[in-house]
Amino acid sequence: MARRAKLILQAAAVLVVVLLVVLLGWKVTQQEEGRGLSDALERGERPHPPTVVFETLDGDQEIRLSDYRGKAVVLNFWASWCEPCKDEAPMLEETWQRFRDDGLIVLGIDAQDFRTDARRFVERYGLTYPIAFDGNGASLGRFGNTGFPETWFLGRDGRLVGEHIVGPFDREQLEENVRAALDTPVR
Amino acid sequence: MRRLLVLTVFALAVVGAGCGGEDDETPTLAELEKRYICPTCQTTLELSNAPVAERMRAFIRERIAAGDSRSEIDEALVADFGEEVLAAPPKEGFNLLAWVLPLLGGALAVGALAFALVRWSRTRPEPEAPAPASANGGPPLDPELERKVDEELTRFDT
Repeated sequence: MARRAKLILQAAAVLVVVLLVVLLGWKVTQQEEGRGLSDALERGERPHPPTVVFETLDGDQEIRLSDYRGKAVVLNFWASWCEPCKDEAPMLEETWQRFRDDGLIVLGIDAQDFRTDARRFVERYGLTYPIAFDGNGASLGRFGNTGFPETWFLGRDGRLVGEHIVGPFDREQLEENVRAALDTPVR
Repeated sequence: MRRLLVLTVFALAVVGAGCGGEDDETPTLAELEKRYICPTCQTTLELSNAPVAERMRAFIRERIAAGDSRSEIDEALVADFGEEVLAAPPKEGFNLLAWVLPLLGGALAVGALAFALVRWSRTRPEPEAPAPASANGGPPLDPELERKVDEELTRFDT
């Protein structure tokens, strides 16, 4: 009986260790996935973005990037406390108004922020493009983001295209990448 | 074994009592800065100077001034930042496991150690009784040597 109990305890201990190793591996893989995206773009590849489900700022709907298949997407990560984000917001709104009929979506992802602050920001800059809310910033690591603002572009085929812009962009850089995204074929 | 069980229950009770010592109704900023995690730095607010941490501190100050309790502030922060904002998981539902499992694991480890010690002390061989001293009061002879001496003496007598 004692020997059997010992065997069960040993098996349980091995199982716990295996589970911990699997968990660690999963965590490392998730981080590598984000880091790899930027490198792949620099090599001229067009990787798929991570599968992330966002919620709208009001929290009443879900947003998936796959919902925008067939459209070009500007994915802008921002926060209300981020100073350069205040300069970018009017440019993003202007770009959205200018290219939306051509099939462009601007998706702002407000992360590590208070909802009330985000709403004030949206109101202050008169933003009409869709805004997703990611309070604890879980999506940042999935993309390999390290700060604010950061911007990605998705082609009509749902894959990343152009540059991963770390930090604030300028008008020309934004337009150049938007055109690259709009020029991608649907498939 | 019963004594061990009593000790374990006592230890759990002491730890449990220690966890519930904060005043929910009149929280202080210093206390709450240890309670929440900055989403940027992943450290407690008291150790973070990130802009979002500054904003969270301002929010907490406002809520304390408005007379909110600790649980109300918890609720407001969790609504925006998720449960990850809490430095320690809430003691309810699935999160209760995070509190119970370490205590249970510790108790099991202590139990296993005590069990092993008891078994080890019981199965240890009894020390051998000291051999009787020799007739002249000196140390006893090796039995083989004694046998050989006896043989020689017998031969000598014959």
